[in-house]
Amino acid sequence: MEVLALLIPVSLLLGGVGLAAFFWTMRNRQYDDPDGDAQRILRTDFDDQPKQ
Amino acid sequence: MVYVEAPGVAACPACVATPIATNRAAKLASEGSRELHLSLPTVHCAACIQSIEGGLLARDDIEDARVNLTRKRATVRVPAGMSDEQVVAAISALGYEATPLDAATLSAGESDRAARDLAMRLGVAGFAMMNVMLLSVAVWSGAADATRQLFHWLSALIALPTIVFSARPFYTSAWRVLRVGRLNMDVPITLAILLAAGISVMETAYHGEDAYFDAALSLTFFLLAGRYLDQKMRSVARSAATELAAMETPTALRLTEHGSETVPIGTIAVGDLLLVQPGARMPVDGVVEDGTSDVDRSFLTGEADPATIGTSDQVRAGEVNLTGALKVRATAVGEQTVLHALADLVSVAEQAKSRYNSLADRAAKIYAPLVHILAFAAFVFWLWATAGDVRYALNIAVAVLIITCPCALGLAVPAVSTVASGKLFKAGILVKHATALERLGEIDEVVFDKTGTLTKGIPQIVTQLTPADLAIAATLAEASGHPRSKAIVSAAFASRADVRDIHEIAGMGVEGILEGRKVRLGRASWISGGDSSTVLDLGDRHIALEFVDSLRHGAEDLIATLKSKGVPVTLLSGDTEANVRRMADTLGIDNWQAGILPHEKADVLQAKADAGKRVLMVGDGLNDVGALALAHVSIAPASALEATRVAADMVLVKSDLSQIAVAMETAQKARRRIIENFSVAAIYNTIAVPLALIGLASPLSAAIAMSTSSIIVSLNALRLR
Repeated sequence: MEVLALLIPVSLLLGGVGLAAFFWTMRNRQYDDPDGDAQRILRTDFDDQPKQ
Repeated sequence: MVYVEAPGVAACPACVATPIATNRAAKLASEGSRELHLSLPTVHCAACIQSIEGGLLARDDIEDARVNLTRKRATVRVPAGMSDEQVVAAISALGYEATPLDAATLSAGESDRAARDLAMRLGVAGFAMMNVMLLSVAVWSGAADATRQLFHWLSALIALPTIVFSARPFYTSAWRVLRVGRLNMDVPITLAILLAAGISVMETAYHGEDAYFDAALSLTFFLLAGRYLDQKMRSVARSAATELAAMETPTALRLTEHGSETVPIGTIAVGDLLLVQPGARMPVDGVVEDGTSDVDRSFLTGEADPATIGTSDQVRAGEVNLTGALKVRATAVGEQTVLHALADLVSVAEQAKSRYNSLADRAAKIYAPLVHILAFAAFVFWLWATAGDVRYALNIAVAVLIITCPCALGLAVPAVSTVASGKLFKAGILVKHATALERLGEIDEVVFDKTGTLTKGIPQIVTQLTPADLAIAATLAEASGHPRSKAIVSAAFASRADVRDIHEIAGMGVEGILEGRKVRLGRASWISGGDSSTVLDLGDRHIALEFVDSLRHGAEDLIATLKSKGVPVTLLSGDTEANVRRMADTLGIDNWQAGILPHEKADVLQAKADAGKRVLMVGDGLNDVGALALAHVSIAPASALEATRVAADMVLVKSDLSQIAVAMETAQKARRRIIENFSVAAIYNTIAVPLALIGLASPLSAAIAMSTSSIIVSLNALRLR
C-alpha cells in the first residue's frame, strides 16, 4: 500500500492540471463558437506551413 | 500548394471560391480603430468562414475579422474613418449578405456571462465528482480502517471547496425565496447538498463507514447541468432576438437653421422639425408641415393600401413614408407616442405570463414540501426508534434527502426544452419566453392577422397587360417608391419603354411623355376620378390595374395542416372587407372579421380567453400587440416592428409560415416528454424512498439510483430530435 503515498499526489496533480486547462479554455472563450470551430478544421489555408 | 475543394454540399456562391491566401500575421490595431459587429445570415460552412475572413483580411483597410458561425456573426476591426457601409459592401462583394448591428443594443442583451459562469461551475463540479467517485469506488470495494479514513479525508478535501464554489447558484436562489417565506426546488437541493456534506465530515471525523461526498457532488453536477442547459438555450434565443433589434439603428434627420443633422431618436424634442425621406419610418408622432406623400399604415391599422397625406395631416410613429419627402413637426415623442402606449400593453402581458404555472412549477410545489416532511419524519421516527441516537437518525434523514433530491426532476424540463428549442431554432423559430414552448403545446385555437402575417404586405399585379403597355407602366413606375410601383417593375422584368421627362407627383402618381403624348400612372382620382384603385393612362385609353397582396410562403400549407388537425382558425384584420374576404376564400378560412380596430382585436382575444380557449395568436402589426399580449401564446414574424416582436413569445425568423405547424407539433411532443420524465422521476422515488426510510440506502445505491434516473431522463429528451 506504500505506493499510495506516491499515486495519490500524482493523481491529484494530474487532476489539477486538467482543471487548470479547463479554466484556461474558459477564460480564452474557446466555447463561444462550437459550430465554427468544428468547421474551421476543414479550412484549406495554413496547410503548407505553420501559422506565422 | 494544393487546395482540396470544399465538399459538394456547398450551397452558397463563395463556398466553391478559391481560398485566398491569408496573411494572418497580426495586423496592429491602429489609433482610433473600432470594432464592428455584423450579422451574416447566410454563412454556414468552413469555406464561408474562409472566404469572408480571407477576403476581408486581404484588404489593407481592415485590421481584423473573425466569423462566429454559431451566432452567424462577424466581428470586424476597422480603422477610424471607415464606415459601416464600406464593410458591408466589402462583404457583399464576397457574395454574402451582411447587416451592421448596433453594438449598444447587442451588449445590453448579452447574457453570455451567466452561461459562462455556470459552465465554469459545472466543469469544476464534474471534475470533483469524478475524482471523488474514484476514491469512493475504492471505499465501496472494501477499503477499511486507515485507508478508508485517508480516502474520506481526501474526498472532503476535494468536495468541500467544490460545494462552496459550484453550488452557489442554488444557495442564492434558495436564500432569496426563503427570505420572503416561500419554498422552491432549490431549498431541498441546498439542504440536501449542505447536510450531505456536513454529515459526511462528521462521519469521517467519527471514523464512520459511510460518507456521502460523492452524492453531494453528483447532485451538484447533475442539477447544474440542468441549470446550464436552461440558461444556454435561453441565451441563444435571446441573443438572436437582440440581434433583430440591433439591426434597427434608431436615428432621425432633424432640420435646423444650418441644414439637417442625423440624431438618435431619443434626443428629439416636441416642436423639432424633422425630414422624413421616402422609405423611412416616422420616428415620432407629428403633423406634416410640408410635402405630400403616401404612407403605409399597415403596421398600425392592418390596412394594406397606403394612405395619401399632405400638409397639416397627422402622422404617427411607426408609419412608413413611401413616395415623397415630408417635413414633420414633432407633437409627441418617446413615451407619449401611440407606439409607446402600445408597448405598455406588453408589460401588462408579461406579468400575466409570469403567473403561468409551468409543469416544473407545479411539480416543485408538490415536491418541495413533501421532501422536507419525509426527511423530518424519518429523523423523528428513528430518533424515537433508536432511543435518541441523533447520529443514526440524522444519517437516515440525509439519505432520504439525497435520494429524493430532484436530480431527474431538475433535468426533466431543461433537457427537453433544450432539445426542442434547438430543433425549433434550426427550423427558424426563436423561443423567447421560458414557458412559451409549454404553452404552445396546449393551444386549441389559432388566430391570424392578415397583412404582413399571412400575406407579405407586398402587392402583386393581377391585371394582364400587353407587353408593350407593361413596359410603359414599368418605366413610369421605376420613378416611384410606392409598393404598387415596385410590383409593376418586378412584373415587367427588364422590358422598358422610351418614356421621357418622367416625374413623380407625390400622393398622386407618375407622369411622363411617350412619343409626344402624356402617359400617367397613378391614383384613379387623379387620372379619371373615382375610387382609390390604380389606373394607367396611355393618353388614348385608361386601364384600371388590380393588385392583390401576395401570400406568404407556406401560408396555404399551414392553414391546411391546421384544418386537418381540427384546430379552428380565425382571421382578424384591420383591412377592408373585400380584401379580407378574398384572402379568406383563397385560404379556406371560414371565420374572419374585417375592419377591426386594434382594441377590438384585443377584445376578441380576451373573450376567447374568458371562454377557456387557449389561443395562439400570429401577428406582426402594432395593431396586434394587444392581441398578442392577451393570447395564450403568440408568434410574430421577424419582419414585424420591434414592439411587436417584444410582445410575442416566439419569433419566426424564416419567411416560411408552415414552420409554425412544425413548432406546434414539436411543442406537443416536448410536453409529452416532460410528463414522461416526471413519471420516471416519480417511479424512481416510489422505489427508492421507502428503502431510504427504513435505513437500507447506502452511498453506493444512492449514487447508482441518481445517475441512472438522470441518464434515463436525458436520453428520453433526446428522443425529440
